[in-house]
Amino acid sequence: MSLSNGTLNVRVARIEAVTPEIKRFTLVSTDGAHLPPFSGGSNVVVLIPHASGTYRNAYSLMSSPYDSSAYQIAVRRVEDGRGGSRQMHQAVNEGDVLEILRPVNLFPLSKHARLHLFIAGGVGITPVCSQLAELRLRGTPFEVHLAVRGAEHARLGEELQREYGDAVRLYRNDIDQRLDIAAVVADRPLGSHLYVCGPESMIQGAIDSARAQGWTDSHIHYERFLEQGSAGEAFSVTLARSGATIEVSPDQSLLEAAEAAGHEIPYLCRGGACGMCETDVLELDGEILHTDDWLSDEDKAANKKIMPCVSRAKCSRLVIDC
Amino acid sequence: MTIQFRPDETYRDDYTYANSPECIARAPFPFPDDEYMYSMNLEPHVSVGDAALKAVFDIDEHYISECRDRAITLEKDPGMHYVSAPHMMEAQWDLLELIMESYANDYPEYFSLEKDGSRWHWTNKLLGIDDRFTFGDPATLPYEPMEYITRQAQGDWVLQEERDGTLYWGAGIATQRADYSLRFNLGMAWHEFHGPVPLVKETGMLDRALKFLLRLRCGHPVRRLNWSLTVNPRLDVSAESLPDWAPDRTTVTAENAGKLVYLRIELQPLHRLPRSNAIVFPIRTYLLNLEDIATNPAWAKRMHRVLKSLNQDLVDYKGFTRYRDAAVEWLSQFDDGRDEEVAKAG
Repeated sequence: MSLSNGTLNVRVARIEAVTPEIKRFTLVSTDGAHLPPFSGGSNVVVLIPHASGTYRNAYSLMSSPYDSSAYQIAVRRVEDGRGGSRQMHQAVNEGDVLEILRPVNLFPLSKHARLHLFIAGGVGITPVCSQLAELRLRGTPFEVHLAVRGAEHARLGEELQREYGDAVRLYRNDIDQRLDIAAVVADRPLGSHLYVCGPESMIQGAIDSARAQGWTDSHIHYERFLEQGSAGEAFSVTLARSGATIEVSPDQSLLEAAEAAGHEIPYLCRGGACGMCETDVLELDGEILHTDDWLSDEDKAANKKIMPCVSRAKCSRLVIDC
Repeated sequence: MTIQFRPDETYRDDYTYANSPECIARAPFPFPDDEYMYSMNLEPHVSVGDAALKAVFDIDEHYISECRDRAITLEKDPGMHYVSAPHMMEAQWDLLELIMESYANDYPEYFSLEKDGSRWHWTNKLLGIDDRFTFGDPATLPYEPMEYITRQAQGDWVLQEERDGTLYWGAGIATQRADYSLRFNLGMAWHEFHGPVPLVKETGMLDRALKFLLRLRCGHPVRRLNWSLTVNPRLDVSAESLPDWAPDRTTVTAENAGKLVYLRIELQPLHRLPRSNAIVFPIRTYLLNLEDIATNPAWAKRMHRVLKSLNQDLVDYKGFTRYRDAAVEWLSQFDDGRDEEVAKAG
């Protein structure tokens, strides 16, 4: 669901290095008011401007859901990534104003769990931070098992240990402290819930271990960042009825680009669900990247229709019946 | 905006409920076409115009009497029309905050909310309420937070919890429900409580709507309209009170349908709630009898066509099999069979 007016302006109040690769950013509202409340495990999408457009990176909120005077996010610098985290590390300074989307929770806590078990690796600890603040207030028991590479990567875990004591276990690879996930999930009482955030191998290992112990999938949770709204590579589209050709930038949907150019396309939900903006594809040289829930799999494969509110194209030519 | 309230009207017994012409004109007429079929009529819940779609949560001239009718229904059957699972307390506070902030913003002449940290001061001039309480502490309110605030709100309210990739009914207040039981539905998942709705599962619409709602974001509410019919302006048409109202369905004739048959329009603005991650599903009901509808000739003509062509499965599901024909016959006087005016009715 991509609404161009859905962003919040925040000022970077503080930047601190917490490991050689991770910087923690403290964000406050530009007008001194509180930011919108959120729930533990939420993330925000940060719009990171760069020379030829905008990156949209999702970062977990690691501050307490019960203090919305500021948000905190941790950004791990990924050298071979698209460039968003490098830009955050190099080009963003204290005092700068950034645009973010409102918090979204794709990793919510179970309200029914009797015991919460967290497995995390490296920067994967960040969503857990806000979840622990929520659990402490609620008084539900939890354990955190955090694996890091070495001493200089352990600071977030040590902060949590000071805050929550023995409930937080730290495993350092450099001194051969191995996190044995199968041992963590063994013999846990019914009503325990498992949360995993970290490298893909850790997620898969935790899922396999829990299933091997007879856990149902409803008690296994892992963080998976889904794309919010319509963002990707730029492309151009020709609207057949007016003959106009429109450039769709990386952080715009086709619908938004058409509206910005003064064209009206009928819409209802703007989220790829209602079917209202369904449009025929008249010419295509390339492929359509369907991200809607409306078209059937057959429709998507045929590439004769597109939902301009969310779907994009990777093509040299696209003409639609609008 | 000043509303001329009708504080003394009744929704039972002598049924003195009535709409002013202004109140009829501001209702969200639900039929965009001459034929009705379920659709994903979801749109962003942004403020539009000066009528029912202007406020986050709409109130109108029936506010005071509707709140009183709710109190009567709740008192009659304690534990029947307000229920909440224990783990929904966080979502209840979210809902209380959302309603209080929305009412205070949209209707500052009637409602105010002052926050001093977690010590809040709420005034509701329409119902003569002036309360101080601690946000997050249920002991400082006379009812649970959801019951407290929805006793002061128009419409029914359901809180849905997101779990295991679906939505569960976790709490609700329903004193104006169209023929179902809140207690029965509590704890049901999305596909369970929509199971009885005819013709939607086959189209894949239930799956698509669920996916869309699971992506619903805080601060970006969406709305949809639904509708049904009722005999008499009765709000409490729950499954539990069926013996009280079901016999009325046999009293409708082609002569009295204009007075007796009411269109129930349901405006449903859905919000994601910030702390609990729950989704609130409000059902704000507008009751207009066919005579009210007929004050707008284009509405009457369209409604005639909708009811006449409506799929029988939907007629049965919505519960007006016994009097559909009488309503159609009464409305037929407004339909000359020509099409030009109807185009404007949506």
